[in-house]
Amino acid sequence: MAVASIHRRPSFTARFVGVTADITARPSGAIGLGLVTFHLMLAIFGPWLAPYDYKAVDANLILQGPSGLHWFGTDHLGRDTFSRTLLGGREAILVTGIATPIAVLWGGFVGIFFGLVGGKIDDVLMRVVDAFLSLPWILKMLLLIVTFGTGIEVLIPTLAFFYGIPVIRIARAATHDVVARDFVQAARARGHGKMTIIRSELLPNVRDALLVEGAMRWSWMLLAFSSLSFLGFGVSPPTPDWGLMIADARGYMSFAPSGVLAPVLGLSSLIIGINLTADALAKALGIDRAQKAPV
Amino acid sequence: MLRMLVRRLALGAITVFLVSLIIFAGVEILPGDACTAFLEREAQGQLLENCRQELGLKRPASERYLEWAAGALTGDLGVSANGQKPISELVGYRLRNTLLLASCSMLVGVPLALLLGVVAALWRDRLADLAISTIAIGAMTIPEFVSATILILIFSVWLGWIPGIVLTSADAPVAEFFPEILLPMMVLTFVMTAHILRTVRSSVIEAMASDYAQMATLKGVPYWRIVFRHVLPNALLPAINVVALTIAWLLGGVVVIETVFNYPGLGRMMIDSISDRDLPVTQAIALIIASVYVGVNLAADLLTMIANPRLRTMHMRKG
Repeated sequence: MAVASIHRRPSFTARFVGVTADITARPSGAIGLGLVTFHLMLAIFGPWLAPYDYKAVDANLILQGPSGLHWFGTDHLGRDTFSRTLLGGREAILVTGIATPIAVLWGGFVGIFFGLVGGKIDDVLMRVVDAFLSLPWILKMLLLIVTFGTGIEVLIPTLAFFYGIPVIRIARAATHDVVARDFVQAARARGHGKMTIIRSELLPNVRDALLVEGAMRWSWMLLAFSSLSFLGFGVSPPTPDWGLMIADARGYMSFAPSGVLAPVLGLSSLIIGINLTADALAKALGIDRAQKAPV
Repeated sequence: MLRMLVRRLALGAITVFLVSLIIFAGVEILPGDACTAFLEREAQGQLLENCRQELGLKRPASERYLEWAAGALTGDLGVSANGQKPISELVGYRLRNTLLLASCSMLVGVPLALLLGVVAALWRDRLADLAISTIAIGAMTIPEFVSATILILIFSVWLGWIPGIVLTSADAPVAEFFPEILLPMMVLTFVMTAHILRTVRSSVIEAMASDYAQMATLKGVPYWRIVFRHVLPNALLPAINVVALTIAWLLGGVVVIETVFNYPGLGRMMIDSISDRDLPVTQAIALIIASVYVGVNLAADLLTMIANPRLRTMHMRKG
């Protein structure tokens, strides 16, 4: 019965359902995906769920401990910590949620293109990428932010630009694995243009690696964003943001530890959720993340 | 071997050169210069002209780049914009403090990571491994300022054992940094250990499954002898590169930690210089950090080459 089975590329929805099922089949993946979904829901419906106005200042309620009315107590301006924690991820998710796809798209495209072209230009580009990577992320970002301001219209392009650079490396490495294969050679011999080869030969093979990379980038970007907020270079008050809330509440930690613990819980659970999902996604797609270079 | 060595050195030099170009160009492109930062609101008209004349900012950018680069090569990093002190003097103690923090954490972290990594690998999927791996993932993913805040809450607010903030001045003798340095050290060690132990774990697992380990088992070599003589020497080689990457990360990641603990190191100086728009200082710190990054990676590559007989003789067998 040596009949060659005809391989058809599964449709997008079929693949999506398959991969999601695979992720949720692992306990860690199910927990991760659950956490991420939970946070996305909160980000969308938070304004209707929050019991108090996040910017309502009340001098009588400064630094209260947890109570029936204020579950996580109140902060140094008498604002309800629970409401602020509920809303604290919206800005971060919005900014990183837009910046991550842009970073993966531009980094991925440049990486694939130069991986296919190769030669001198490719060598030069890789040296420039190395040079960029040897500067600490915080320095690169702060220079731009201090110059152009801290609004999201600055943060999104800045994050997207700098976090796209390491993607170039990953995409290029993944392309190199594919470029030498027969079907790419065949496409070249048929006289296909570079864009056609990228679209129909390379992209389908590199896409999975980029998807996993994107999930990881998202968590790193979130880390960077909240670190910037914490240092006072991210969102501006009174917008509720976890990083900023932790920075504010730190000084009052001995009176009201719940003011620190609540945003810590929010931020950590989202980042751990993304990481667990990314890990499960990598396993579901059959990509060994341990072999992919860090940085 | 020699050719590979020369090639690696040349690549490292090119990277540092490109970094210096990027730093210089970046600072050039951004609006404002050392004079506008120094004079602040008075930065207009004759005063601004005079200042620019004095600092030589009127000359073409290429000329200034060459002067800056030549100065940096000889250890002269120029003068700071506000205060007009030599940067080498300002940076000296800060660099020492950051190196002190980094080396203390490494001294604890690297052996700990090797030990935990091997333990997790040998007892794979058992309770010890699950505990170690879970904590490691937590340590790697939770932002440093979060773990730092939690540690301050536990050790200085609740238990009151260690001060939660460093009050020692930058030029104090090393001994005065203890015990204040302990908390920032713990945070760094925590994150660093997690990164290294993950790699150690996977490479030990890989080596245990290798042909030569199985062969040794079949020959009846005792288990612990296989582990120590056959597996570990091979498995611990990749750790050198991860340790190098971690050192490089330390220099950038230390920024947040130094700010949280008010530690007078290079990272906090960088944040201050950026906030004050003291561009000459920012340039100098960026160049130092990037050079250390490139240097450490280079050293790791060379060390791996020396320690790994297979890499040493590869080209001989080929040609």
